Amino acid sequence: MGNGTRLGRVRGLGSSHHGTGHWLQQRLTALGNLLLVTWFLVSLLRLPLADHGAVARWASNPTVALGLILLIISVFWHFRLGLQVMIEDYVHGEATRLLALVILNFYAIGGAAFGIFAIVRIALAPAALGPGGM
Amino acid sequence: MAVSIFHRITGDGLAIAGVLLFLWWLCAIAAGPEAYAAFVACVWHDPDAGTFHQVTNILGKIVLVGLTWAFFQHLFSGLRHLVLDTGAGYELKINRLWSILVFVGAILSTAAVWLYIAKEALHG
Repeated sequence: MGNGTRLGRVRGLGSSHHGTGHWLQQRLTALGNLLLVTWFLVSLLRLPLADHGAVARWASNPTVALGLILLIISVFWHFRLGLQVMIEDYVHGEATRLLALVILNFYAIGGAAFGIFAIVRIALAPAALGPGGM
Repeated sequence: MAVSIFHRITGDGLAIAGVLLFLWWLCAIAAGPEAYAAFVACVWHDPDAGTFHQVTNILGKIVLVGLTWAFFQHLFSGLRHLVLDTGAGYELKINRLWSILVFVGAILSTAAVWLYIAKEALHG
């Protein structure tokens, strides 16, 4: 908190102790989700989903793998923000709320790391099988 | 009111059920053909289905249809929120109309997707 301008004195003092950053990020990731999840669902509908070889070949294409990683970042960031608002609205009591927010962050960050690792693993599978691979 | 609470419920459902299913699917692809076949047998279709997989196949389809609906409901009411953010659409009649369209759009889109899946399953 600054002590110069009027804006500087009130910045960060809203009910949630931060300003419009949360609100704006929620909207930006919403646009990201709109593009990425639509692309993902159309891809799912066009893929022979029961065929592991076809699905793995699709997911290991560099452009697709990059899109999937971006999708994970956008979706997980979006739901982390959304569920945070939900916790702040419905979970009462400082300690319970803090615990819920910690669990949410573990779930969102842990889940995103797990998903991105799986995508890297799929995309680099041929390299992993070769000599000196993972 | 209803659109708003459904936005939260569907967001919740997508973040938990949708995300866990998605991660399970990615993990199964990464783990190889056998793990992937086990995933498909559990969620979608098992050629030599025992009672357990018959139940999980039905549950899997219910969850997938539910997630499809939750996605469209959340998408359309999210778009409605983006329009409301601009300060437009607060007149009672217009607001009511768009709220109803969100529900109708979500149900029609879900039906369209699953009719397409059913058609593909029958012909291919």
